[in-house]
Amino acid sequence: MAIMHRNPTNALPEVVVRAAQPGDLATVVALDAETTGMEKAAYWKERFTWYVNGERGRFFLIAERGSEAVGFIVGEIRAWEFGSPPGGWIFAVNVRPAERLHGLGTVLFDAICARFRKAGVETARTMLAKDDPLVMSFFRSQGMRAGPFIQLEKRLDS
Amino acid sequence: MRLQTATRIAIHAVLELASDPGSQISAAQIAERFDISVNHLAKVLRTLGRAGLVEALRGVRGGYRFRGNAKRVTLLDIIKLFEDIGSDGDDSREPGSHTREGRALRRVLAEFDDTARATLSSISVATMLMLVGQEPPDPAPDPSAAPRAPRGARPRWPA
Repeated sequence: MAIMHRNPTNALPEVVVRAAQPGDLATVVALDAETTGMEKAAYWKERFTWYVNGERGRFFLIAERGSEAVGFIVGEIRAWEFGSPPGGWIFAVNVRPAERLHGLGTVLFDAICARFRKAGVETARTMLAKDDPLVMSFFRSQGMRAGPFIQLEKRLDS
Repeated sequence: MRLQTATRIAIHAVLELASDPGSQISAAQIAERFDISVNHLAKVLRTLGRAGLVEALRGVRGGYRFRGNAKRVTLLDIIKLFEDIGSDGDDSREPGSHTREGRALRRVLAEFDDTARATLSSISVATMLMLVGQEPPDPAPDPSAAPRAPRGARPRWPA
């Protein structure tokens, strides 16, 4: 179901958030490449297989202004990883650079959180690169804060 | 983590001004609101002005106003005007810093610094204002309390 969202600034036309369809793959690849500077067609094709076929608890949402896709957000319900009760995980969010600072990211975030709530979970989580203050600032602005987990890693030297 | 007095004053001042970006607020009003020395606040405001975060307006209705982008100016932007926060620093004069133990300790402490920098660089003025709005209102001043000394004469946060 598509939902209309009024733009908070009232400066631009309304945005529609809808579930992604298989035909959105090329647009998502292009949006991601525009932001990251790296085209990852094979990766997004695999992600579409996982997220776009309506499986319960998986959400790949597209924001459209007019007929143009201007952003997306992806997440899913995960349970009992590291003892964590079921929660919503957001692992990708993207807003076309020219569309930023108009509340579009907030619209996408609110839309996926609404789906998480409807699925019965009470927490939304994500993981971010520490050297990406722009994305971290965005999630902070949505009210996210440090959670009960900490990420560790080890370099696997040969 | 403790911030230096000037840094805390700067954050309070920026939040006060950014909470009402269309208006001009005097240094005396800010000092009264946060119970801080006007003299110390004036020095802090000059530093913030040089950094382009606040603007001083002269005249009868003069005062200060926030002139940054509240969604883009972060706590780290403000803090680093006043102190060297979370930098790796030069610990070469610390005891044992050139030993294996000293180098290992430096790596562990660098994790704290990295996390501190990442956290402070991710919290914008707008996000701070949102967090402020989630706090319960400040308690009303006690009318029976003794009158306070003139501002500037009794700095509560000495430099």
